[in-house]
Amino acid sequence: MAVSLKVNGQTRRVPAEPDTPLLYVLRNDLELNGAKFGCGLSQCGACTVLVDGVATRSCVTPVGQVTRANITTIEGLAVNGKLHALQQAFIDEQAAQCGYCINGMIMTAKELLDRTPKPTEADVRSALAGNLCRCGTHNRIVRAVLRAAQVGRT
Amino acid sequence: MNAPFKNGTKVSRRAVNAGLGALLVSFALDPQNVLAQGQQAPRLPGSLGTNRKLDAWIRINADGTATVSTGKVELGQGILTALRQIAAEELDLPLGRITMISGDTERTPDEGQTAGSQSIENSGTALRMAGAEVRGMLIELAVQRLGARADQVNVADGVVTGPDGRKVGYGELVAGLDLHRDATAQVAPKAPAAHKIVGKPIQRFDIPAKVTGGAAYVQDLRLPGMLHGRIVRPPVYGAKLESVETAAVKAMHGVVAVVRDGSFLGVVAEREEQAIKAREALIKSATWTPGPELPERDKIFEVIKSLPSKDATIGVKQAPVPPSARTLEAVYTKPYMAHASIGPSCAVAEFKDNKMTVWTHTQGVFPLRGELSKALKMPAPAIRCIHVEGSGCYGHNGADDVALDAALLARGAAGRPVRLQWMRDDEFKWEPYGPAMVMRAKASLDGDKIADWEYELWSNSHSTRPASTNGANVLAAWYLAEPQRMGPPTSPPQPAGGGDRNSIPLYDFPSQRVIHHFVQDMPIRVSALRTLGAYANIFALESFMDELAAEVKADPVAFRLAHLKDPRGRAVIEKVAAMSNWKAGQTAGSLKGRGIGFSKYKNLACYVAVVADVEVDRASGNVRVPRVWAAVDSGLVINPNGLVNQMEGGIIQSISWTLKEEVQFDKNGILTHDWQGYPILTMPEVPKVEVELINRPTERPLGSGEGSQGPAVAAVANALAHATGKRFRDLPLVPDRVKAALG
Repeated sequence: MAVSLKVNGQTRRVPAEPDTPLLYVLRNDLELNGAKFGCGLSQCGACTVLVDGVATRSCVTPVGQVTRANITTIEGLAVNGKLHALQQAFIDEQAAQCGYCINGMIMTAKELLDRTPKPTEADVRSALAGNLCRCGTHNRIVRAVLRAAQVGRT
Repeated sequence: MNAPFKNGTKVSRRAVNAGLGALLVSFALDPQNVLAQGQQAPRLPGSLGTNRKLDAWIRINADGTATVSTGKVELGQGILTALRQIAAEELDLPLGRITMISGDTERTPDEGQTAGSQSIENSGTALRMAGAEVRGMLIELAVQRLGARADQVNVADGVVTGPDGRKVGYGELVAGLDLHRDATAQVAPKAPAAHKIVGKPIQRFDIPAKVTGGAAYVQDLRLPGMLHGRIVRPPVYGAKLESVETAAVKAMHGVVAVVRDGSFLGVVAEREEQAIKAREALIKSATWTPGPELPERDKIFEVIKSLPSKDATIGVKQAPVPPSARTLEAVYTKPYMAHASIGPSCAVAEFKDNKMTVWTHTQGVFPLRGELSKALKMPAPAIRCIHVEGSGCYGHNGADDVALDAALLARGAAGRPVRLQWMRDDEFKWEPYGPAMVMRAKASLDGDKIADWEYELWSNSHSTRPASTNGANVLAAWYLAEPQRMGPPTSPPQPAGGGDRNSIPLYDFPSQRVIHHFVQDMPIRVSALRTLGAYANIFALESFMDELAAEVKADPVAFRLAHLKDPRGRAVIEKVAAMSNWKAGQTAGSLKGRGIGFSKYKNLACYVAVVADVEVDRASGNVRVPRVWAAVDSGLVINPNGLVNQMEGGIIQSISWTLKEEVQFDKNGILTHDWQGYPILTMPEVPKVEVELINRPTERPLGSGEGSQGPAVAAVANALAHATGKRFRDLPLVPDRVKAALG
């Protein structure tokens, strides 16, 4: 079996069964590191990608369900080598310790900022409530998202 | 000897001669010969003591860059950035011209485990001293080349400039530089006032890859021909694999091998999802003998107290206690807690030409190699362990275990590399937890002062890491057809301690004794979780301080200061009181309260005082921590942003432990297997945290990664008592428990 899917603007054909979780296709076939395996249960958010702009847990999304969608991963956020405002803000705020959750934080925040360009701090915390961080970097992450919102959308 | 090479730029002739003299002595007396003559090699500071050669740490390359090696590894704590700052500072090289190599059994020094908040103290000290010495040697070579006197040259960015403006770069001096010699540690590092890179909030070098999807983790490793593995653990500790139908699984699409060795069972497949499906099939088909029953959860503390223990009395001070003294006593408990890394443990292993190479996020590549050598029955030199960062570990999680699992699978993969990531339930059910503990405190009050202090604690080992005992300390080794046993667990000795870490009060009590009941039998697998026993001991000790303060109607801050002489301890307490606008005798609001906690981590490392506010919802019993302040003295600060990040993270993690966390089990096994069963603090629940540092440039840097958790739990527990008028002595402070107490 093989399926086609459109990731970061490019259509790719991969030798995967349709019931394969999107996460493994992104990581292993397309060699995109951003989305992470955290739980495989849609509980932690480390695997988050955008499917037609909606923050989606790729660990429980069968690849066969998203063959017609536009999938965006964290690798697709930078434009012409310029980091997305969120990525730059996470660097500026040093908003990571181990960083394993950061993909999910940024991708979920991307959806938030697309929807709500000027969120309050409470908006940010609420939007990221389902993304777990174990290192205790939460407040830096919130500051980074608010900073990105200030800098403006890209 | 004083600093021969002070920073700044001018170098005095006398200083260089002094330094050179030392170097010549070192060169003339080959250390091997010295040792052969039965003399002791001089003791060297930090990890130079165990890795004496300069080129084990620093190599200068012909292009003017430096390659800096450390046995310590990046765990997300920012250590490689901090160590790079130290090396750059002493070498007078820009950060960008330093390449770090870390944790590789064939390329770096053996510095044991990256644990115990000791990397800056041990590896940092080694790099500081070695860097200063190498810089001195480079200057000496440059002076000869330039025909100048040492006091005439400037050193900046890896270039030595003579009085006539001629320049010579470090790269041009490489031919004459012999670093394969013992360090002398006789060249003093720069004075703190001259620091240009140390002490600056340098951005971490590992973060850009982490926000762009770059290759940042062992999980991201992709080797040519790489296969994917998964393992099948027994349903409970000690169960034996009776039977499993492997033929059908071997026939599944993409499956390359089913690996069974005794009760170790795993599968290797071309694709990751194929390995996961095959694992599920193996789980269905496997039958197991039952393992031994676990204790009942509600009996666990009685069980721990009733098991045989090795008892040590420590911290004894003797003074007569007035007969009129009033006595208070309280018992506290802390449950089993999980490391609960966001990313399950992972390793990649390749077995080719009788050589095993393992890419691993272990905290110690050399200790792991020792364990693999025993478990695989291979000589250590035939095994190479290379550290690649994983998800944060916070102590001894599944990192070492998964490395052995991957190596066992790689032996069945015909030379192809195998990537193995544990599933979420593998991690939650099989990682070694932070031990459950019981703490009993008793004190006598004479007037408004503590006259006598007695403290007992019961705990299992807090370190069953690789190389911590003689036995095999990696999970799969216990389940092989020829099983290997774990050695008898040990406890790190005082003053750092294990379960008894921070059990000896820093306060100045005239009379005191502490009894450490070290319980060796482990009903549940345990090992090192960030802070070892300090979190529980500081919770008990600092809670009891507040109980005693309440007994004499003293303000908690004033009561602590009345019992504490250590000026740096007093300074952080006073500072956090000022930061939080602490007022003596402040009354609790309606279910709102404020508390303080303090410690000097290990009684050896950083000083941290924390104030926390709590709000309690009477209907649900839910405890919210809206705001936290912390004052921190870690001596000389290497990277203030990194230090604050560690403090914020430690406080938030501790509040998560304190409010929510407990591994669930019953007599039939571990019940915790996913995040639903092990909730942690979420974004809306995280408090605002304000951290202020007291930088002490003339004091040595103190380990800090584990300094805040103890003070944070104590501050929250004391705030909850303040808010409710009830004392909570059992963790975690979950809504049901709080609600029940409030009635």
